[in-house]
Amino acid sequence: MIKIEDYAPVVGQATIDELYLLAKSLEGKQVQNINSTAVGGGVAEILTRMIPLLNELGVQARWDVIKGDEKFFGTTKKIHNGLHGVPVDISDEEYEWFLEINRRNAAEMNFGDIVFVHDPQPVALVERRTDIGKNWVWRGHVDFSKPVLSVWKFLARFIERYDAAVFSAPAFARKLPIPQVLISPSIDPLADKNKELPNEVIDSVFQRFGIDRSRPVVTQISRFDYLKDPVGVIKAFKIAKKHVDAQLVLAGGGATDDPEGPIIMQQVKEEADKDKDIFVLFLPPASDIEINALQRGSTVLLQKSLKEGFGLTVSEALWKEKPTIAGAVGGIPLQIAHKYSGILTHSIDGTAYWIKQLIHEPEYARKLGVNGKQHIKNNFLITRHIKDYLLLFISIFHHEDVVYLS
Amino acid sequence: MNEFFFNTKLDQTVLLGTKAQSVRELLEGIKTSPESSIYYHTHHYLQQHHFLSPEPPNDFAYWIQEVLNEPHLGEMMYSVDVVQFKSLEDLRNRFIEILDRHDGAEGKQRTAPEGQEFYFMASRTFVLRTPYVASDLKQFAEILRRISINSLYYHIFDAKLRLEKGENDFSRWFRDLGKSALADEVVRLDPYTHTLEGLRARILQLVQRHDKD
Repeated sequence: MIKIEDYAPVVGQATIDELYLLAKSLEGKQVQNINSTAVGGGVAEILTRMIPLLNELGVQARWDVIKGDEKFFGTTKKIHNGLHGVPVDISDEEYEWFLEINRRNAAEMNFGDIVFVHDPQPVALVERRTDIGKNWVWRGHVDFSKPVLSVWKFLARFIERYDAAVFSAPAFARKLPIPQVLISPSIDPLADKNKELPNEVIDSVFQRFGIDRSRPVVTQISRFDYLKDPVGVIKAFKIAKKHVDAQLVLAGGGATDDPEGPIIMQQVKEEADKDKDIFVLFLPPASDIEINALQRGSTVLLQKSLKEGFGLTVSEALWKEKPTIAGAVGGIPLQIAHKYSGILTHSIDGTAYWIKQLIHEPEYARKLGVNGKQHIKNNFLITRHIKDYLLLFISIFHHEDVVYLS
Repeated sequence: MNEFFFNTKLDQTVLLGTKAQSVRELLEGIKTSPESSIYYHTHHYLQQHHFLSPEPPNDFAYWIQEVLNEPHLGEMMYSVDVVQFKSLEDLRNRFIEILDRHDGAEGKQRTAPEGQEFYFMASRTFVLRTPYVASDLKQFAEILRRISINSLYYHIFDAKLRLEKGENDFSRWFRDLGKSALADEVVRLDPYTHTLEGLRARILQLVQRHDKD
């Protein structure tokens, strides 16, 4: 079990001491996190790491997952796509079922002093506020920059009833009557997915999947979701491959709340078209060491997203000092300064161009990786995220610009 | 006994939900945003990239130069010397003056491409008392070596401009100890042109030298 003090060698003892000081201000308050999936995706991942650390700091933190059926998750997937600006058709009956599932969950739930709701699926739990009070905070993890208006209006009815809303990037902020806070997500440098690995482990993973480490390897780690553009990745790779000898690895899993996963997988398999240099790996949830090894053993990493909430795999890639090419969407430009700590692209052709460049110019590629790691160390590790959450919970009880806590 | 209590601070970034696409809209936003927004946009680079020097000193200049591609106006905004200002209101007025003059002189307004607008944000600062207390310069130096960058930042940057104490906290305490020369030397440092670790090292050096006097 990782302890908060284990982070001191990475971020410095003074940073850890400040977290303890901050946590004292929350003595006696119970913080309840609520989302819709216990495994798969960035939210579940960060909560799994963060809840024990918050408790160790002295904050009573817990995590509950709402229950829903196929019809409910079908609707929440449409809402998710609608927030990303994809035209969707959601019927009144589907909205009503969405609310019904929220009400059933709310009726069974034992709420904490601070109720911290993640993403749209459980947003309507806040209806209970009328009869139970409590302090409510809502966090949107997805890209809200150009939502379908009807979907946004439906959600805004509920979001406005919270004490504060949290977004992952400045462009996601909306006109709202409640305070809005910027909190970027983070990665855990000590997690299996990010920790240092012996070369033998990396070798064995590559051998297991039949990937040749003596040749360049281009890898994208992400869920098989069309917003991550796995088909576009294969197209870019095929263009680049005309001029470089390389292999492509597309590796990821699915989440229990994503009914579209199998359809995308089928499209990817068709596009890969039996090319022996393209490896499509559908990984089960407990594959963190494999993901880590695939990233560390690769030459270039990709995150060619069309839309993103934040794109945590970019931080993971940069933490491993890898040259990374990513779509300039969502929170990705916060993580990559173009040509300084990585490469931002807008198209399949642009991605293909930079794959070739980085494979042909390993010294430039190395510098991108070094700068990228430094930036992640300063701004996107879990300790900074814990600090932001503690400040968020404390801030509900204060209204001044400068707050003296002791 | 005259003791120095070390505080530290942690900032929350607030999204104001407003944005600018042109210099005119930026000017309007600077006029109407809270002081905590002026503070945020002139200081957050320092904290986020505290290992690099030099860094773009304020977001307004960076956006005008890099997104609107207005090098002359960008340079004017870059060159605003934050260390000269004793209040955020004065600093705001300086930016307004520059942008007003530009707005009057220029005909065509350039606009930012979609997705690259200027988003107004603000800082909320939470101040905490650390367990560290110094009674003399020797103890002060020992503590200064180990406190967080945030603590240094609070006593140097926040104390002077955000809390409008006139000068940084360290210099005020040095004066109380009768070390006016040391106080003056620390006041004369331009903290905006150092990395924070560089600033820590420079202050330590000055304190150690004056402790021997």
